[in-house]
Amino acid sequence: MSRAGSSHGADGTYGAVVFHSTSAAIRADKTLRKAAVEAKLIPTPREISSDCGLALRISFEERDDVVALLTAAGVEIDGVHRL
Amino acid sequence: MGGTSGGRFQIGVSEVIYLDNAATSWPKPQVVIEAMADFLETAGGNPGRSGHRLSIEAGRVLYDARELVAEFFHASDPFRVVFTLNATHALNLAMRGILHPGDRVVTTGMEHNSVMRPLRQLEREGIGLAVVPCDQTGLVDMEAYRQALSVTTTMVVTTHASNVTGTIQPLEQMARLAHEAGALLLLDAAQTAGVLPIDVEAQGIDLLAFTGHKGLQGPTGTGGLVLGSAITETMISPLVRGGTGSRSEFEEQPERLPDRLESGTPNTVGLAGLKAGLEYVQRLTVEAVRERELAVVHILEQGLAAIPGVHLFGPEAAENRTATLSLRLEGIPVDQVGLRLDEDFAILARVGLQCAPAAHRTLGTFPEGTVRLSSGLFTTEAEARATVDAVRTLAGEAA
Repeated sequence: MSRAGSSHGADGTYGAVVFHSTSAAIRADKTLRKAAVEAKLIPTPREISSDCGLALRISFEERDDVVALLTAAGVEIDGVHRL
Repeated sequence: MGGTSGGRFQIGVSEVIYLDNAATSWPKPQVVIEAMADFLETAGGNPGRSGHRLSIEAGRVLYDARELVAEFFHASDPFRVVFTLNATHALNLAMRGILHPGDRVVTTGMEHNSVMRPLRQLEREGIGLAVVPCDQTGLVDMEAYRQALSVTTTMVVTTHASNVTGTIQPLEQMARLAHEAGALLLLDAAQTAGVLPIDVEAQGIDLLAFTGHKGLQGPTGTGGLVLGSAITETMISPLVRGGTGSRSEFEEQPERLPDRLESGTPNTVGLAGLKAGLEYVQRLTVEAVRERELAVVHILEQGLAAIPGVHLFGPEAAENRTATLSLRLEGIPVDQVGLRLDEDFAILARVGLQCAPAAHRTLGTFPEGTVRLSSGLFTTEAEARATVDAVRTLAGEAA
């Protein structure tokens, strides 16, 4: 299941990957799009502590795959939070 | 002006013969103009700051440009590309960001003021400076260079090719000797990016300062500093501090690249143009650009050298120079040559010192300077021949 591109819902189906810089967030988004993984750049929810105002919304179920993909691509991640 | 679209070198005939590409390249490929107009129409947000679609789109353009520059110069990571306004800004960032009082710099006698002025100021602030002489053709004296490096040196700063004579310095050899002496190498590639192959890792370039508006075919207001793998982010302090869109709750500058060294809203529309220019050069290949430029400069060089009363400066073989050459005409001051070329022949050259008094002292052409003819990607062989004819006419009048 991956509805990460659709409208926002706070029911735990989404995760937010956060970064140290907007460049890293955009690089992560590009990496996931190339791998055909659904993701959407969103303003970082205020309840999450992050260095960066941009976060990447993903399917929370796919978080391990996402982290593996980003790590392999050399993209530094600050953390993954359940929305 | 005919336009330059579709990856071809030139369509139609320009009304002027533009020989000032060492100052800024012209015309720009049509794709560059289109990319900038398209950016302003469709992606005009502040990149990566706001989280809405236009901001994100602008952020993507910026990132794609960064990735492309990294690939073009073989940087190990896109975040090692720091965008600046121009090569001068990048050179200042590298020198002022890394050097401290007590450090020592070795540079050459062919530098532009973008190198000499910051270095002379740093010298007043307690940084040692040795200027290695160059020969009459502008080539660095390698024996003097070796000797200069026998004293503990922090950084070598050298131009890749002279903006006055086009003389190409032996970069790899200079980098190797710098590293053997424990010094970093900062390369001023203002005249060579997009024209000669540049590989920061393979050629031993620790810091690469480039501009976007010359050989890379982009607009003015673009450039950057590429950090080689020997440079850690904490080795270099920012010139400018401010908003980055990251770590906004803190009033201290973030440490991570590129944010550490890039503050304030970037020239995103310019970088959209630079990206299109780089893609254009990549499609042609740097090797094909060089081959084409050499063919044109060869015609200029051969033709001009055969005219009595013409003195050419710089290396004898075209292979040892970029598409830039300098000359003087016996009996006519350089400013008069420039004015006549413009008014009577619509040939646009640059006369005088070209912001490089040190280079002219080396060449023995200070303070009058030279007439500089710098052809570029879109200069045709017919334009080169017409330029030779024009100079011959002027030389004939003076004889």
